[in-house]
Amino acid sequence: MSEFFQQLINGLALGSIYALIALGYTMVYGVLRFINFAHGDIFMVGAFMGFYLTPMAGQVFGPHSLACALMVLVLSMLICAMLGILIERLAYRPLRNKPKLAVLITAIGVSLLIEYVGQHPMVFTASPKTFPELVHSRNFHLGAVVLSSNEVLVLAVTIVLLVGLELIVQKTKMGTAMRAVSFNAPAAALMGINLDVVISFTFGLGSALAAAGGILYAMKYPSIDPLMGIMPGLKAFTAAVLGGIGNIPGAALGGLVIGIVETFVGGSHWSNYRDAISFAILILILLFKPSGLLGKGEIEKV
Amino acid sequence: MKEKLFLLAALIVSFLFSLGSGHINPYYLDIVLGIGINIILAVSLNFINGYTGQFSLGHAGFMAVGAYTCASVTLFLGPMVLPLFGGAIEMLGVPALFLMALCAGGVLAAAVGWLVGVPSLRLKGDYLAIVTLGFGEIIRVIFQNIQAVGGPSGLKGIQTYTNLFWTYAWAALAIFTVLMLVHSTYGRGFLAVHDDEIAAAAMGVNTTRYKVTAFVVGSFFAGVAGGLYAHLKTFISPSGFDFLKSIDIVVMVILGGMGNTPGVILAAILLTLLPEVLRPVAQYRMILYALLIIIIMLTRPQGLFTLRGLRPQSARDSTHV
Repeated sequence: MSEFFQQLINGLALGSIYALIALGYTMVYGVLRFINFAHGDIFMVGAFMGFYLTPMAGQVFGPHSLACALMVLVLSMLICAMLGILIERLAYRPLRNKPKLAVLITAIGVSLLIEYVGQHPMVFTASPKTFPELVHSRNFHLGAVVLSSNEVLVLAVTIVLLVGLELIVQKTKMGTAMRAVSFNAPAAALMGINLDVVISFTFGLGSALAAAGGILYAMKYPSIDPLMGIMPGLKAFTAAVLGGIGNIPGAALGGLVIGIVETFVGGSHWSNYRDAISFAILILILLFKPSGLLGKGEIEKV
Repeated sequence: MKEKLFLLAALIVSFLFSLGSGHINPYYLDIVLGIGINIILAVSLNFINGYTGQFSLGHAGFMAVGAYTCASVTLFLGPMVLPLFGGAIEMLGVPALFLMALCAGGVLAAAVGWLVGVPSLRLKGDYLAIVTLGFGEIIRVIFQNIQAVGGPSGLKGIQTYTNLFWTYAWAALAIFTVLMLVHSTYGRGFLAVHDDEIAAAAMGVNTTRYKVTAFVVGSFFAGVAGGLYAHLKTFISPSGFDFLKSIDIVVMVILGGMGNTPGVILAAILLTLLPEVLRPVAQYRMILYALLIIIIMLTRPQGLFTLRGLRPQSARDSTHV
């Protein structure tokens, strides 16, 4: 039984990271109806920003302090938000009214570009790096269940970010505009909403969450390399589709489900199929409920 | 008739060239064979993505099925079958075995394509893309776990049977099949599904059947291309058939122009040559490749070789739905 809880906690921590990445996919899909394939690479850039910023922030705030960790997190999120906005401005905006496939291929191109630039010897280099210890890890014992402080931190940061996102989307003017654009973009534009600003904001928000996900992921699995974003990116994307793409609570739920199931499969004797299982679940759900867990079925109009 | 003559001519020319292939620099030969294999992959994916409008991101998975099946046939059945030919091993035995192996690879890939296609083709657009991507990844993970074909470390020691004749004969056959299918009376259904699925269904076109057919035919040729690839490189591993390989093929189709076979063939040639041309600037070549994709999409989103107004009905992109 204690093993069950242990795995559940591991799964929740992994799942909340997937949820953070999935939110970016789902929000961008909500406003632009396209899959931002470069999102997993922004997650990677976030982790690398953490890698480079940690020693610097450590000098100012003292290494391993909570203030230092917070500073690293906030700065990486800001840098990645700017990167996301820049990518949208340069690569996606010129194609906004072009066929969706052209945008998808451009996104794939951007993803490859970030990966290959990252592998260049003058940037991050191709060899894996060890992510520094942001805060000292401690273990708490709850009965037979061991709880590491890193996992608690991952969960706490995720919850704070999710609540913050929910507040932004539901309570602010920009959030209302985002919801309006995702509901009906032309009508929102007619009501005086500046689409460009809303879309830039959405990219910034999603990329910031991906950066947070990258740092949390690197705290959990400290070996980082320029290709680290591919698999978590794909899984987060399946999480977004699983929850119903375009649906924000759905993305969070999908991320948690994928993370928990993957952890349990990884702990069983089917562990070799760990990478396949999230896709298998996704396929099953899509076949029986194609709009995802929380997505609303769309009636097709002719 | 014209198409049949083209097929015959292609077969004869590729056969003649393969007779002289001993005189070609092995480096160039390798590239030319790679081009042929990529043409098969791109043309077959174009049938699914371009003509029928079903966006698939799992072509490398079907290629993997073909590659592993074909290599297993020559590796495990070859030693049993080849001695039966006695003195004619080189003349008859190897070609017969290789043809059988390629067909086996193609048929098994087609069968997997059918298994994947029947359930997933109920989905559309992005959902279909992610499901095919998922199936491709699942196929890869399954091969990683089959120890008989080497598991994660891959299958070594495959014979080099792939030559100019086999590669270009299959490329010609793939082009021929796709063009004949699309331009036949029956084949109007594929274009109808691409242009407007609902209208096609309302007109009595069995859309599911057409979509599955396209998937099966495309997977068959992907499987054959996988078999040729395995017997060219002599080594295959599951990681060689990952999501990035599928993306490579998709990029060829999109650059060539969806549903434009000559354009797709040109794109396959260009994209195979590009990394070789960029070899002197090795550190930057993949960066340039990525930049090129972005720039081409920004300047010519309809594909490099699609002339506007060539096929009016395809000007409306299916994915607007």
